[in-house]
Amino acid sequence: MPGLVHVSTTINGNPTDFLCEPRQSLLEVLRDVLGMTGTKEGCNDGNCGACTVVLDGRIVTSCLVLGVEAQGKEVSTIEGVASPEGLHPVQLAFLENAALQCGICTPGFIVASKALLDREPDADEGRIRHWLAGNLCRCTGYDKIVRAVLDAEDKMKA
Amino acid sequence: MEAIEYTTPKTIAEAVQAMASAGDRARALAGGTDLLVQLRGGRRSADLVVDVKDIPELNEVSYNPQSGLTIGAAAPCYQIYANADVAANYPGLVDSASLIGSIQIQGRASLGGNLCNSAPSADAIPPMIAMGGVANIAGPNGTRQVAVEDFCTGPGRNVLESGELLVSINIPAPAPNSGANYLRFIPRNEMDIAVAGVGSAVVLDSSGQNFVSARIALASVAPTPVFAREAGDSLAGKAVSDESIEEAARLAMEAAVPITDMRGTVRQRIHLVGVLTRRTLNNAIRRARGEE
Amino acid sequence: MTSNIVLSEVEYNVVGKRHVRPDGVDKVTGRAQYGADVQLAGLLQAKVLRSPHAHARIKSLDTSAAERHPGVYAVVTAADLPFASLTREELGGDYQRLKFASNHVLATDKTLFKGHPVAAVAADSLHVAEEALNLIKVEYEVLPPAMTVKQAMKPNASLLHDDLFTSELGEMSDKPSNVASHMAFEAGDVEQGFQQADVVLEREYETASVHQGYIEPHNSTAFWNADGQLNIWCSTQGPFVVRTNVADILRHPVSKVKVTPMEIGGGFGGKITAYLEPIAALLSRKSGRPVKLLMTRTEVFEASGPAPGTWMKVKLGASRDGRITAADIFLAFEAGAYPGSPVMQGAACALACYDVPNARINGYDVVVNKPKTAAYRAPGSPQAAFAVESVIDEICEQLNVDPLEFRLRNASREGVRRVEGPVFRRIGLVECLEAARNHDHYSAPLEGPYRGRGVAAGFWFNRGFQSAVNISVNPDGTVNLIEGSVDIGGSRASIAQQAAETLGIAYEDVKPTVVDTDSIGYTMVTGGSRTTFATGWAAIEAAEDVKTQMVERAAQIWDASVDDVEYVDGVLSHKSDPELRMTFRELARQLLGTGGGITGASNVDPAGEGNGFGVHVVDVEVDPDTGKVTILRYTAVQDAGKAIHPSYVEGQMQGGVVQGIGWALNEEYFFSDQGQMMNSSFLDYRMPTALDLPMIDTVIVEVANPGHPYGVRGVGEVPIVPPLPAIASAISHAIGARINRLPANPGAVLEAMS
Repeated sequence: MPGLVHVSTTINGNPTDFLCEPRQSLLEVLRDVLGMTGTKEGCNDGNCGACTVVLDGRIVTSCLVLGVEAQGKEVSTIEGVASPEGLHPVQLAFLENAALQCGICTPGFIVASKALLDREPDADEGRIRHWLAGNLCRCTGYDKIVRAVLDAEDKMKA
Repeated sequence: MEAIEYTTPKTIAEAVQAMASAGDRARALAGGTDLLVQLRGGRRSADLVVDVKDIPELNEVSYNPQSGLTIGAAAPCYQIYANADVAANYPGLVDSASLIGSIQIQGRASLGGNLCNSAPSADAIPPMIAMGGVANIAGPNGTRQVAVEDFCTGPGRNVLESGELLVSINIPAPAPNSGANYLRFIPRNEMDIAVAGVGSAVVLDSSGQNFVSARIALASVAPTPVFAREAGDSLAGKAVSDESIEEAARLAMEAAVPITDMRGTVRQRIHLVGVLTRRTLNNAIRRARGEE
Repeated sequence: MTSNIVLSEVEYNVVGKRHVRPDGVDKVTGRAQYGADVQLAGLLQAKVLRSPHAHARIKSLDTSAAERHPGVYAVVTAADLPFASLTREELGGDYQRLKFASNHVLATDKTLFKGHPVAAVAADSLHVAEEALNLIKVEYEVLPPAMTVKQAMKPNASLLHDDLFTSELGEMSDKPSNVASHMAFEAGDVEQGFQQADVVLEREYETASVHQGYIEPHNSTAFWNADGQLNIWCSTQGPFVVRTNVADILRHPVSKVKVTPMEIGGGFGGKITAYLEPIAALLSRKSGRPVKLLMTRTEVFEASGPAPGTWMKVKLGASRDGRITAADIFLAFEAGAYPGSPVMQGAACALACYDVPNARINGYDVVVNKPKTAAYRAPGSPQAAFAVESVIDEICEQLNVDPLEFRLRNASREGVRRVEGPVFRRIGLVECLEAARNHDHYSAPLEGPYRGRGVAAGFWFNRGFQSAVNISVNPDGTVNLIEGSVDIGGSRASIAQQAAETLGIAYEDVKPTVVDTDSIGYTMVTGGSRTTFATGWAAIEAAEDVKTQMVERAAQIWDASVDDVEYVDGVLSHKSDPELRMTFRELARQLLGTGGGITGASNVDPAGEGNGFGVHVVDVEVDPDTGKVTILRYTAVQDAGKAIHPSYVEGQMQGGVVQGIGWALNEEYFFSDQGQMMNSSFLDYRMPTALDLPMIDTVIVEVANPGHPYGVRGVGEVPIVPPLPAIASAISHAIGARINRLPANPGAVLEAMS
């Protein structure tokens, strides 16, 4: 294919190289080039948060990042949240609190929630709701999601 | 999306050269939160995308008590509100940087990008106008400065010429007894486009009871952000009172020339300009008095 | 503060417990495979060219340049659909139905809504397919659109279909019209009922088109093999419905269509119609390659089914002692581009909460130049409830009667005959009303200006229909449960729980799997609040079949009669010989050597569905300067019959409430004069975010449904019904002016106040 660019980046701690067109988003690259389909597409214009990843320490919507912009950066995705030892407390809390129904928004919520708790381990309900306002969920009404994040805080402190 | 070329200049000179090389077919990329949506939706097109985030000057956020605040055009919102100097001296700027988009968007979107996108609804522009911001532009013919209130020329249009690039925005150091505030009205509590927005900046005398000067700017009520000069000027020398604030609100409403669209009606928007002018002036006064 | 209460009458071992769902780990780690995640060797990406006009005649269509574009493998138009080469004579009575279905997939002579598919391209990549769309030349003659029922019902309205005639109370009219049908229900003597009334109120209401708003866009991947075997992978609530639709539209044998339902990212009724599947199949047949077709968010808004906008009139009479004496209701629902709005359901739900002796309901199904409406959670009921419950709220104000007390005086209960005919079996509306009245929310003071409290009741039938389940016993005593119900919100868990309870084994010993249409018997959609009820029934029946076979095997091993063997709580024992005793697991280990494995199977169509009711209480505050409404507190009470998995029942209630909040406050399709949707993005469609809401408190009432072994009623749909009227009434109380059009967005509230 003409005009492919070689990009060297780090994804979930692993040095990763890929080829992409400049017009391809990071979301497209993750899903279609690298086969990492855990990051979901809900709107492709930054308004639903389903494609949330961490880029150099900040959460971003990967649909609004070009794949070529990942050059030299560190990307973390849902695939990197659990460790070989087991699920992350945020993931466990989502399971135990029934904080997902259809599950399509769940990877985005988990990546965003983990990023919040890494930064603010004592975030209260209001802060959690503010932080997660960029992640749409249509199934749960957010109640059990907010409770799960509060529960994850307790789990992470235990 | 149509095919594009992509480049990452390391200096302003390289960026200007790249921008000039493609003329009207070049677009600068900072956070991309507007540009990529527009390219994808066919509302803008480009052959060359110039990623300006590797240029040191465009990432700068620095404060000097004499010269004020310099905000690199590509500095994302979170760097504005996470900056202690900005938080201490420019809470009115933090107001808008912390309500643009979502936390995810704030990780990418820049105030400079908000200015260059030149949407009538841009949340960052009214407070920058109210605080007397100046845009620093680099181009093939050197650099120039344009007051923020003169920057936008129409919906999505501005004074940048082919090959030109916004480098930074300078906000003067705050005067003693000054304060600013930006509020927008949206139906939801986040993730929305302003139905109307108002940025107000006031300077009070040492008693805190009288206006020395004031500047008021409006969002989403005209083809460009509006500098409601007469509304602000009406306060100069007046006592802080419900009457003087009401008069400024009335003049701000007069400066609004909105349209009816999916986000609001003419009547609603003009009404909201009044409401938000009163609220932002009162908040700015509280800040000027050191009450918050 | 109270949060989630469960009022249980009966306790079970597995049923009623909050287990972790079987598919949970895959969904929190990103491993679950949704439709858009499908990857196949040689996969092409496709895009659809859509009409830019709401109503237009296609004068010419030229795809030749797109076909020549490098990287393009196939281009299809309506000419590729079988309908194009079938005659009216060949199709006979099936003609109009197939015409509408085929034209909906790909337009022929006319486009009937902005976003109506006209052609499609399969190419190397999405971007190349997009480039090719720009090379397709379509010449349109733009026609005036009819965008609302009021416009479309006018005598001189622009006609969408020149061959659509009104079905007027069952008789076909002879003049083409946008009114597809007029139906009516009547009971008692309406005029006499109004004469008995002390207060009669007549009000008019409107609601806007709204979307289900699932986060996952529609997607479909198809591979048409050279032998005619057609494989489809997609996101659907009803894989068997997709199979039927595809076989019908493509005139292909059902046995050659295999639909594999991938994990589904929300549906709420909107993922039943096969929008993309026939197109992907045609592109695959033409290219010889598998083809993936995804909608963008804008396409989802513009070209999948919204819920109808409505125009409604309600006249209600009540006596001074708070009894409803008569009702006369007019409902006109937008069908969208083709007939089929849920006006019939709306009419049947409108008065279902109350024992109304004299009632008349007229319903009109009207085509307009909007995307064809689709089911959305209790289709028709929320709109009808908004109208009826709002009038009741006003009557309560006029009579100075407590709104819950009024509803209790008129509440439907066992034996009451509904306007459309059926008589209620045991139902739990009274219990819900009492639970709401007893809740501390209802007695909590609500002080301060511009605050108001609203209450409302809501109804949904809940459905039965066909389901199938197979359960195979493994040598270690675990079982594999195979089902056809797509799991949209935890139903693998609630089905497995019912199987485990019936078999007397642990929840963890049941592994449920959702399979393709070749691998299980016909199973209706995950929708209609039917899955936990009907597929649960199928699981119970399959488990009973397993038990019967296990008893037979034990009898064989013990050389006893089956009548001497009993099966209790997962233990088989001889009724008279205490030495002869085996656990389920012990017998499972012996199966392969004593006659082979055991699989229990069921195909059910249960008729004992239990009707569902809910009662909601909401407190709001209005900003008098801006008209913005804040939800301060929300409590939802609902009769679940039996909550198999209380957490997911609460989740259904909370999710339904929040969709209702969005519907009531901000969501709407905003059209230009020319019928262009102006807000086809999540930015401007304004669904609620986490920051717009409080916690949603729930009370699960359990009045067992006598038509299900564990008392299940179904819960998914009722909770979206009461929020519209409850919130509208709360706002009305806060501002002292009625809200008769939804959404009550800030501009509308401001107007109502001025």
